[in-house]
Amino acid sequence: MAQTALRRPVESGVPDNKQYLHPKFIKNYGNWKYHDRPRPGVLHHVSHTGDEVWSVRAGTQRQMDVYTIRKLCDIADKFAEGFVRFTIRSNIEFMVSTAAQVAPLITELEKNGFPVGGTGNSISMISHTQGWLHCDIPGTDASGVVKSLMDDLINDFKTEEMPNRVHLSTSCCEINCGGQADLAIIVQHTKPPKINHEMVANVCERPAVVARCPVAAIRPAMVNGKPSLEIDESKCMCCGACYPPCPPMQINDPEFSKLAIWVGGKNSNARGKPTFMKMVASGLPNNPPRWTEVGVVVKNILSVYKADGKPWERMSDWIERIGWPQFFEKTGLPFTKYLIDDWRGSRASLNQSTHIRF
Amino acid sequence: MAKKQHDTPNLDQLESGPWPSFVTGIKRLAKTNDMAVDLLGQLETSYQTKKGYWKGGTVGVFGYGGGIIPRFTELKNDKGEAVYPDAAEFHTLRVQPPAGMHYNTDVLRKMSDIWEKHGSGLIAFHGQSGDIMFQGATTANVQPAFDELNELGFDLGGAGPAVRTSMSCVGAARCENSCYDEGTAHRTVLNNFLDDMHRPSLPYKFKFKFSGCPNDCMNSIQRADMAVIGTWRDNIRTDEKMAKQWFAKHGMDELVNDVVARCPTKTLQLKQIKNLKQGKDISSVAINDTHAIEIDNKDCVRCMHCINVMSGALATGVDKGASILVGGKRTLKIGDLFGTVVVPFMKLETEEDMEKLVDLGQRTIDFFAENALEHERTGEMIERIGLVNFLEAMEIEVDANMVAHPRTNPYVRTDGWDDEVAKINAKKQAGMGA
Repeated sequence: MAQTALRRPVESGVPDNKQYLHPKFIKNYGNWKYHDRPRPGVLHHVSHTGDEVWSVRAGTQRQMDVYTIRKLCDIADKFAEGFVRFTIRSNIEFMVSTAAQVAPLITELEKNGFPVGGTGNSISMISHTQGWLHCDIPGTDASGVVKSLMDDLINDFKTEEMPNRVHLSTSCCEINCGGQADLAIIVQHTKPPKINHEMVANVCERPAVVARCPVAAIRPAMVNGKPSLEIDESKCMCCGACYPPCPPMQINDPEFSKLAIWVGGKNSNARGKPTFMKMVASGLPNNPPRWTEVGVVVKNILSVYKADGKPWERMSDWIERIGWPQFFEKTGLPFTKYLIDDWRGSRASLNQSTHIRF
Repeated sequence: MAKKQHDTPNLDQLESGPWPSFVTGIKRLAKTNDMAVDLLGQLETSYQTKKGYWKGGTVGVFGYGGGIIPRFTELKNDKGEAVYPDAAEFHTLRVQPPAGMHYNTDVLRKMSDIWEKHGSGLIAFHGQSGDIMFQGATTANVQPAFDELNELGFDLGGAGPAVRTSMSCVGAARCENSCYDEGTAHRTVLNNFLDDMHRPSLPYKFKFKFSGCPNDCMNSIQRADMAVIGTWRDNIRTDEKMAKQWFAKHGMDELVNDVVARCPTKTLQLKQIKNLKQGKDISSVAINDTHAIEIDNKDCVRCMHCINVMSGALATGVDKGASILVGGKRTLKIGDLFGTVVVPFMKLETEEDMEKLVDLGQRTIDFFAENALEHERTGEMIERIGLVNFLEAMEIEVDANMVAHPRTNPYVRTDGWDDEVAKINAKKQAGMGA
């Protein structure tokens, strides 16, 4: 077979974004003065020269077919000015130079099924991962969970009625690719991995797997005359860290891989320092196609926060004010012993005071 | 026309409801693309059995060691044949986005055409590390798809133990809070580490992220091994006209409860104009004829809250730059770590400034490559060896901005104390003489 010479890559790295910037962005680069939000889903930026630009934000499904992308391009060409950008939460933004372009653009987006919103104190699109669609280690799906939740949360995407912005994420294993968020849904395994001893010697670099375990529960062993690994199940806390480097240590289980809910992560330095999220519920079933039981808990927490949070309080600020006992009381979530941390540094998470609300 | 679509009773339920449906999108592709037909078949199986069916492998492009995420189906029949053969190979190309994720429609259409020709037609904008993810190509089509994307001006991102694709916020292009040129910093830094991105050989992943202000829209403090977060050293700027407009619209309750009371260091106060302090560190602005906001900037931690609430009336200073935090990451293996301050402030205005940032990245990665254990992130390495050892290797002076508070235990050998004090005093002397 004739072999043509392989093309050497052009190691160009990050492309220059100047070629993709809206002309007003280039003209006013680094010279913006302020912004406001004329309505949910619309940002209005004004520069020191008086130039104005309106950005209309719409939700997408993130995993987009080329027809969806072309439809968004058609809208951008006809109703905007051919320039778009994506936010970190997979929303798309269309930039226009006049206020008059905003309403027709919104109408066209909504007509084609792209909800306009996600700005300010709304619930924005959920940061998520690949799940069953593409990941090699997922305990659940990502896009389906997100679709199901956003169908239910869409009114709070399209309005700005939450106390402050709400970031959500989902993750299909405890690696948590979805990331820290005001509220996160993460797979929580409840049983140690099931080891396929026939496969371990061929597939796994055993010392690397042993080293990967956070609690030193894995050790090399001969099983049925073959080199394999064994687990001290009294130590194992079912994190699944051994599974990616050693797929024969199957951690995913249709019944025993559950879903946990975490709240109060905040990356911004605004008001208090950034915070990590905390686990507040677990044991929820992994039930496709719409994960109804998870949705019930998520919507409950968000509705309690919405009703009780004061303006500008992120989830973490709200809980800091009302305290954890009231969080569990108001949400009706059970505070179980599993929520008391026993990992390294955990004493700092205990109440080292008599600060108690009665 | 593609082959007949499989029955997908579970996935079909994700076509109803108001949010855009990825299932409907893949079904559109499946009208003409057999890979999309079989992708739906396998995904429906996952929905029924609650199991994943992809395994990794080794697929790449000529000249690079990373950037492709190989996926082979594990869903086989009794004869070992793929149940869904047209999606038996379903690899992803990770492609680096432009800084700030700006595009024009021309380039998006070209990307779509390339992926319709060589792949499944499914593209994610964007993955969690920031890559444009071209999802679903056969092994044979990975190279031609990459070649065309590369000719379009795009390059593969990172995967495995490598420098990873980076992200930066909208920044100076549109945001009034931008404290440095995020796009230039992102591009300059990353394009200096392409060898470490394309040929994975580090102990584990290394991520840079670029946020233009302490709102940290890129979530860099929780996710980046090196977070570059914009800040400023001088006083908060004020605009009296806009402050008065804000107050006229929002009133005293909001000013007191949402702005004054939420200042984390209580340095922002509401005062009668006649009682305002004067001084080089004071920002003040009238909100009506009798009252004004006063900020003693020496006590301001640059949290952004008051600026967020009163956009335009209050603004960042003009002596801008960035704080550099190192070691952020999520759980595995030792638990969550925030990035922590290693450089409280650096200017990022000139090419020379950018070179200093690149140099800091280079020295950090070099030290990480030499000293981290396999599969250990930078933050975990620092946790293991202690921040001071890291700083000394990096030749960075200790600074009280690096700690929340000094140590609370006596478990330290301090027989070098006098020498350290002498060094600090000598530096102070030299500084005063200069």
